[in-house]
Amino acid sequence: MTVAIQAESLAKSFGKTRALDGVDLEVASGTVLGLLGPNGAGKTTAVRILATLLGPTAGRAQVGGYDVVRQPQQVRQLIGLTGQYAAVDESLSGTENLTMLGRLLGLDKTTAHQRAGELLEHFELADAGGRMVKTYSGGMRRRLDLAASLVGRPPVLFLDEPTTGLDPRSRNGLWAVIRELVAQGTTLLLTTQYMEEADHLAGHIAVIDHGQVIATGTPDELKAKIGGQVLEVRPANPADVDRAAQLLVELTGNQATIDRDIRLISVPMPDPAWLPVAVRRLDEAGIVVVDLALRRPSLDEVFLTLTGRPADAEPAEDGAGQEGSAA
Amino acid sequence: MSADAATLPDGPMDVGVRRISPGLALRHALLVARRNLLQVRGNPQLLIFLVIQPILFVLLFVYVFGGAIAGSSRQYVQFVIPGIVVQTVVFATAMTGIGLNEDLAKGIIDRFRSLPIARSAVLAGRILADAVRLTATVLVILTVGVVLGFRITTSPVAALAGLVLIIAFGMALSWVAALIGLSVRNPETAQSAGFIWMFPLTFASSAFVVASTMPGWLQPFVRINPISVAADALRGLLLAGPVLGPVLKTTAWIVALTVVFAPLAIRQFRRLA
Repeated sequence: MTVAIQAESLAKSFGKTRALDGVDLEVASGTVLGLLGPNGAGKTTAVRILATLLGPTAGRAQVGGYDVVRQPQQVRQLIGLTGQYAAVDESLSGTENLTMLGRLLGLDKTTAHQRAGELLEHFELADAGGRMVKTYSGGMRRRLDLAASLVGRPPVLFLDEPTTGLDPRSRNGLWAVIRELVAQGTTLLLTTQYMEEADHLAGHIAVIDHGQVIATGTPDELKAKIGGQVLEVRPANPADVDRAAQLLVELTGNQATIDRDIRLISVPMPDPAWLPVAVRRLDEAGIVVVDLALRRPSLDEVFLTLTGRPADAEPAEDGAGQEGSAA
Repeated sequence: MSADAATLPDGPMDVGVRRISPGLALRHALLVARRNLLQVRGNPQLLIFLVIQPILFVLLFVYVFGGAIAGSSRQYVQFVIPGIVVQTVVFATAMTGIGLNEDLAKGIIDRFRSLPIARSAVLAGRILADAVRLTATVLVILTVGVVLGFRITTSPVAALAGLVLIIAFGMALSWVAALIGLSVRNPETAQSAGFIWMFPLTFASSAFVVASTMPGWLQPFVRINPISVAADALRGLLLAGPVLGPVLKTTAWIVALTVVFAPLAIRQFRRLA
């Protein structure tokens, strides 16, 4: 097993903002690392450094054994990058977009055209290949964007929030393609805000927050970290939600997540033996419950446990990528 | 499988490290330039900007202002066509900055920068493509001018020299636009910042009227204004009048603008990260 991507104490500051604050990462060749974190956590900054677009303030990183700062040209020959926004040319057709990249990568006209055709076919864009990209749907653009990063058959792929803003159907389609690439041996570093996505695609997950990796492990290990299971309770009366939550927090000593729209309270419950106790207390308090379930925790809850706040509680201060590029 | 990817071998991969030769860099620049030119086809509004607007300017100046400025449209057309050529070239350079900024905003520059291609390709390709666009626009104006009665009275060689000089002038100004485009946050700002300095510079020049009709305090500015100098040089090369002085001054401006703004734009591009 070789290490395809490696970062040591990677740090990056933009003015006073510490976008990355000493990040260590390691991705074995042929595996998928999911970099999971909310907006502003530093995910994009990490990807931009690894993809040679941005120099780190401190620390070092290697891709395929090449240093991203000292040997960027070698690194660029190994990587494909798909950013948060579909970086394809709207005024060109899908075929023209891919052919141009093929020719930039040194393919001759015929081969570049062939390669474009193969990729369009594979991403179910063959019929749209001749059309201008501005007529494409969001999902089609993302697929073309991913295809664009594969023209040179890169062994290492960076996907920065590849499905943000996509409808579930397009997202599932993109996931299928990504899994297929991984099955063929591509090393993938994926950033995402969605626990479900990391759970689905990544063999290993690094949870990142405020520019620091706060936890690593397989999805199962992370779930195990918060121990046991999660108790879900749905009171019949909306007025009882706060009381019920209070009661469950006191019982378990854990933070509860409350979704008021559907009156759902979720709270980690390390010991299933507490279930009857919970039921009794709810009954004593006169709270009528319409739903009660024990289940495995989601990664959202993992995040809450790790950081003490929900993954999406803090609005974006990141944009480090964009800010940096525009400044 | 068609989308198959390469896998990473043990140890550092042999990537066939090649230094990018000047020839290869040129090839990359030409490919990017080709892509920029293909964009025009997909953007009717660009075409309007490049072709219809200059034609409107010609008609407007010749038929609306011509009589008042020069006594008759027929006399004015001879004077104003070189001026409109310069004005159009100056305005068209704003597109360099707007285009770069759009590529920046859309992540296209990031994609280029993540490829193993010459770093110069993005900027060089943009400026090359814009030179081609400028040439096309200038030829449109000259053609319309000829239809309206404009006649080149010098030699074909002199006319060609005039064309080359004015395109070089446009490319020098493109570096200014490139710096603006790479420094501002969005295409809208690139557009307004790109045009704002052009209006006073273009109209307080000898592009449309002779400098001696303007107030005395304004004349010194008009005389050193690069747009005046370029318009005078083009008039000299297409029609009559002094040639050497204006051509030398224009060349000086081209060199000065390029020497100052090309490194600034390149530095800004490098700092993008």
